[in-house]
Amino acid sequence: MKRKLEISELIFKIFSYLFLTVFALLCLYPFLYAVSASISGRHAVEYQELILFPKDVQFEAFASMFSNNQFWNAYSNTLFLTIYGTVWSLGVSILGGYALSKKRLLFRKAFNFFLVFTMWFSAGIVPQYLNYLATKSVFNSIGIMDDKWLVVIAMGMAAMNIILLRNAFENVPSEIEEAAIVDGATEMQVLAKVFIPMSKSTIATVALFFAISRWNGYFWARQMISNTNEQPLQVFIRNQLEQYTDLEQLGGWTENYAADSIIFALIVCSIIPILIIYPFIQKYFAKGTNAGGVKE
Amino acid sequence: MKHKAGDYLILDEATGRYREDPEQTVRDDVEKHHWLHVGRTILKDWRLYLMLVPMLLVFLFWRYMPMYELLGSFKVDDVVKPVADQYFKGFSNFKGLLLGTGTFANLSTEFWRAMRNTFLLSFYGLLFGFPMPILLALFFNEIRSDIVRSGMQVFTYLPKFMSTVVMTSLVIMLIRQGSSATGAPPGIISQALASLGLISRETAQNGLLNDPAYFRAIYQISGIWETAGYDSIVFFAAIIAISPTSYEAAQIDGAGKWAQMRYVVLPSILSTIVIMLITRIGSMLSIGYEKVLLLNEERVAIYQTSEVISTFSWRIKTTQNQSGLASAAEMLNNVVGMLLVIGANTIARKASNVSLY
Repeated sequence: MKRKLEISELIFKIFSYLFLTVFALLCLYPFLYAVSASISGRHAVEYQELILFPKDVQFEAFASMFSNNQFWNAYSNTLFLTIYGTVWSLGVSILGGYALSKKRLLFRKAFNFFLVFTMWFSAGIVPQYLNYLATKSVFNSIGIMDDKWLVVIAMGMAAMNIILLRNAFENVPSEIEEAAIVDGATEMQVLAKVFIPMSKSTIATVALFFAISRWNGYFWARQMISNTNEQPLQVFIRNQLEQYTDLEQLGGWTENYAADSIIFALIVCSIIPILIIYPFIQKYFAKGTNAGGVKE
Repeated sequence: MKHKAGDYLILDEATGRYREDPEQTVRDDVEKHHWLHVGRTILKDWRLYLMLVPMLLVFLFWRYMPMYELLGSFKVDDVVKPVADQYFKGFSNFKGLLLGTGTFANLSTEFWRAMRNTFLLSFYGLLFGFPMPILLALFFNEIRSDIVRSGMQVFTYLPKFMSTVVMTSLVIMLIRQGSSATGAPPGIISQALASLGLISRETAQNGLLNDPAYFRAIYQISGIWETAGYDSIVFFAAIIAISPTSYEAAQIDGAGKWAQMRYVVLPSILSTIVIMLITRIGSMLSIGYEKVLLLNEERVAIYQTSEVISTFSWRIKTTQNQSGLASAAEMLNNVVGMLLVIGANTIARKASNVSLY
């Protein structure tokens, strides 16, 4: 028998629907606005005439951006940082997490503490900056002149992700590992053939966390990569924002589209890859955050 | 060798007798001939220990070495020499920042202002930002249709995956100032707020971000936009884990919605709330410098409400090149921050047996 809803339950339900609809739309609105503004005419954008839908549609802002070599440079730099950065961070984390998951590891507690302590206490940006500068000069002196490698290797490691992996590896039944060892598998084979396939979803989650933080990385790339041709997309967007808003305010802008449209077009281009992998993340990340009990 | 059941002896199920735990014997052996045995065990199992090396090196070089740079806060500011070659100066940097003696008067005022801003931004985040995901999770739970609900969840999680640059650029563009040169009106959100009467037309025209009175609100609201949806995942998972029979029992007892909330839902998600609260309190002093810098860069007029400790020390370093002072400010921030983490964790463990670390 279906029970009739109490009046208080009904009110709460209606309020929930209303609130969530408004909240979800507000979350989405800035992105929709960015898309509209990137393809709207100059007057409509500058005089804030559009509210949601594009007006006087033009594609020149996108066209001028696509014909800009610096944009493609920045895009390929971001791809470089994301791909190599994710592979490096994930590789180091898998190896470390695997070793830490073994009960037979000596000084296991000490190693764990070594890791977890960095979650409690971080030196702060100025000491980190000095440290990265020193690293940079060491890298340069051994012949690594491309600062992108500094960003790839020195940055973006997260203790939390290693702990997620360690926990996942601990949950693999030891019988399977023993069976593999009896069959003559080496440590590396046990990891590659048993542990990695059995913790696929956690590894995917962690890989996505790494990939997204690499894609979105801004501050240290800006500080550490001195050659402007090596800088990633996020730095490029910010530079353009600083450059164009000034130009427009001073009335020195002569194109047929608004300077803002360029910024919005850049934003749209930078979030498209995330939107493409978003459905895959959706599936995994809830699991990852729950396993850790702590948010990323 | 001392024998203690459970620790050293395990029940041998085949014979029904206790025997020594071989692993424990190994551990005892290792203890007995310490370094020699440690060396042998590691050599025998060198592959496993080799796997640990890259991680240890990365954390040593780029997480612990910066802590060594913090020692600069005790030393003389000398831009030429590395930290190791500078001579020890004692606590003058700390004293200067905290007490504002002599030439430090202005700096000290700015330091305390930054400290206050750091606390206030976190505190308001706790007040407004923390309950939001819980509310969202409660509301999500009311939506019975899976498609509708996951559709809404997809939209609300999305901002979390965008970069700080994209988010702050959108904020800057949507509340941008109007132009006196071209007569252009301010950004669309500013206009909306002005027509709702929440801000004056003049403030909107001059740019909301240029007015120190609005920085905290902008920071919190954009923060909720970025993270509330994503943070609700944890609470939602706790809520859907509640057995439907609990609700039914409460309903049979005549509980309305509020009574169900109070006696069924709240107790079930309390431990999750406590855990998230500890995390939040623990990270109170680590306000993300990236977002603050991106929002207040070049806007000196709003430093009085927007500058936090990390951006303060960044400014001291980049504009005055005083690494020692900058490090001292961060050191104070970090030590208090760590005490907060440990304190919050201890209190939580005592109060509810929920511990994070």
